[in-house]
Amino acid sequence: MTSHFLKLEWKQFFRSSSFSKSIGAKILIGFFGLYFTCCFLLIGIGGYWILKKQFPEKDPLVLVNSFLMYVIVADLMFRYLMQKLPVMNIKPLLVLPIQKSKIVHFILIKSSSSFFNIMGLFFYIPFAVVLITKGYNLVGILGWLASMILIIQSVNFFNFLVNKNNRVLVGLLILLIFGYLIQYFNVFDLPGFIGQGFDRVYQSPILSLLFLLALIGLYVVNYKQLRNEVYLDALISEQTKEINSADLSFLERLGDLAPFIKNDLRLMWRNKRTKSSVWMIAMGLLYGLFFYPNPMYAGMEFMYVLVGIFSTGTLLINFGQFIPAWDSSYYNMLMSQNFKYERYLKSKFTIMTISVVALFVLGIPYVYFGWKVLLVHFAAMIYNVGVNTHVILYGGTFNRKRINLDEKAAFNFQGTGAVQWLIGIPLMILPMVIFGLINWLIGFETATATIAVMGFVGIALHKKLMAAITKKYITNKYVMIHAFNQEN
Amino acid sequence: MIKTTQLSKKYGKAEVLHIASLEIPKGQSFGLVGNNGAGKTTYFNILLDLIRPTTGAVTNHDIVVNQSEDWKNFTGSFIDESFLIGYLTPNEYFDFIGDLRGMNKADVKLFLAQFEEFFNDEVIGKKKYLRDLSKGNQKKAGIVAAMMGNPKVVILDEPFANLDPTTQIRLKKILKTLTENKEVTVLVSSHDLSHVTEVCERIVVLDKGHLVKDIVTSQETLKELEHYFSV
Repeated sequence: MTSHFLKLEWKQFFRSSSFSKSIGAKILIGFFGLYFTCCFLLIGIGGYWILKKQFPEKDPLVLVNSFLMYVIVADLMFRYLMQKLPVMNIKPLLVLPIQKSKIVHFILIKSSSSFFNIMGLFFYIPFAVVLITKGYNLVGILGWLASMILIIQSVNFFNFLVNKNNRVLVGLLILLIFGYLIQYFNVFDLPGFIGQGFDRVYQSPILSLLFLLALIGLYVVNYKQLRNEVYLDALISEQTKEINSADLSFLERLGDLAPFIKNDLRLMWRNKRTKSSVWMIAMGLLYGLFFYPNPMYAGMEFMYVLVGIFSTGTLLINFGQFIPAWDSSYYNMLMSQNFKYERYLKSKFTIMTISVVALFVLGIPYVYFGWKVLLVHFAAMIYNVGVNTHVILYGGTFNRKRINLDEKAAFNFQGTGAVQWLIGIPLMILPMVIFGLINWLIGFETATATIAVMGFVGIALHKKLMAAITKKYITNKYVMIHAFNQEN
Repeated sequence: MIKTTQLSKKYGKAEVLHIASLEIPKGQSFGLVGNNGAGKTTYFNILLDLIRPTTGAVTNHDIVVNQSEDWKNFTGSFIDESFLIGYLTPNEYFDFIGDLRGMNKADVKLFLAQFEEFFNDEVIGKKKYLRDLSKGNQKKAGIVAAMMGNPKVVILDEPFANLDPTTQIRLKKILKTLTENKEVTVLVSSHDLSHVTEVCERIVVLDKGHLVKDIVTSQETLKELEHYFSV
């Protein structure tokens, strides 16, 4: 029976019509996976010595333990956003003579072998091996390692329980911040306290049985919940909730662009794919925090441009690169409706421009890292409005892939083609290179001004550019209609 | 008046549509029947400039559809669910289409009031997205949207499919009133011969892309069609 299921999965993967199309995207994901694996492996092997060097007076195992709480919570949140429920397409199986319990067990056990569960092992196993060679108690380390594996699996199943519940995520976030604050102000060392628990596991490995019990418990709860939901009306069909429509009448003053802008806002709020993009926007806005606090990048002013373009342009990039594919499922209708194409594109342009300005304003606190940062961000904002909006709208004419709005965004490469990767060059690399070059040859002020001037030129040419872009869209109309009609 | 001349559509070597000449005068209720693959939807798609003909052209009220977009001002259509915006509620959808067709909120409301019976309390005012409605109710919304903004031409592909019997009868009534004054040209395709003969004054049969019958509807038409298709 299991082999049947496995065969089905295999065929589903290789025969999906998106497979051959998005093979490039798959390879890229593969590389990402490999990259993370290597990172984990290196940290796993070298971790002992790194910690020993940084904190010579402390025991590396105890140190790792004291951070495990964060690791577990972060892992859970990461999974919440990224890991899909392992519901294979079971609808056609329900009426076949297969016991429902078997289907459920298969789904659950399959999820244990997910990439998310294996990734962590690349750190824990080498780290444990190093500890053993360094003379730690063999049984103790094995007990500790077993606990780690059991925790990873438990988190896996816990994630499925919380996945449908937004409140749990918020709770976890609060817990994490709270834990951090507690440690920061030295009120009570919660992570340390939990760390001590893990130290105890090392001392008496028998305690790892507790995690086994937790895992079994979570599995049983998951099983029971899923088993009850293997019905058409529960698990498989989407729940239709009562919806409240927000009043968007304040947008009326945008004139004839209003209907499209209202639609696009609804598009963003009401679909899974776009909704999870909102998380990406938050991440994009905070992108600078990866760079600016790091002294390594302090002298690299051209990085400011990258961060500036990215943090003011996350919505521009996330939303813009799939214009007009967002509307692919009703593109036929739009094309037979009574409006000028220019109006449609103008509404997209307006949304992107507003978002860029708004994100710049939200990003003003970056001034903490120096006025130069803010200045470059300002120039980047102008560049985004003047150049990147047009570039991305132009890139849209090459979009040939339908987007299913009901699927999650993270790791969802549906609708992604070569364009989405190539467009990054004029979008981000070009301003970075220009800035870097002028900054090196002439100076910071001139370089910043150049970026801004490029943006202003784009704004000045807006009408002309839009006319050219519109023309291109109209020429490509039939090809796009045909492509958007192809279901994946 | 919708004029079709020397129209053909080829995919590679396969010719899916070939109509030498077809004229649909203003105000006619025109029915298109034919088996699967006869070219009904292809013809409608060409009429709406969603696909390009290989040869020939369609002229909609003196406008060549693939040369100017002005026909959009007076042409309403519903081909399939891809004409609906799934994440809108029916009311928002009607407002959107109304906006594009130059109607304000009050106009839309007034317009929808005529269809209260047709909607049967299942579409308007429901706090549900279009994508969550049943196929039949989605169709109702699409058909009504196609009639918004006083179009001179209404194109409906398979409007009777998926509708319940009561709604089918109501739809027939609506289509009849629409063509009463001979102002609005209605183009309907269907697999249901009795519905088409009841609604349309003229019926054209397509077979593998070719026009094989052009009938002015009379008492005998249904029999004639049934005979033709019962091969």
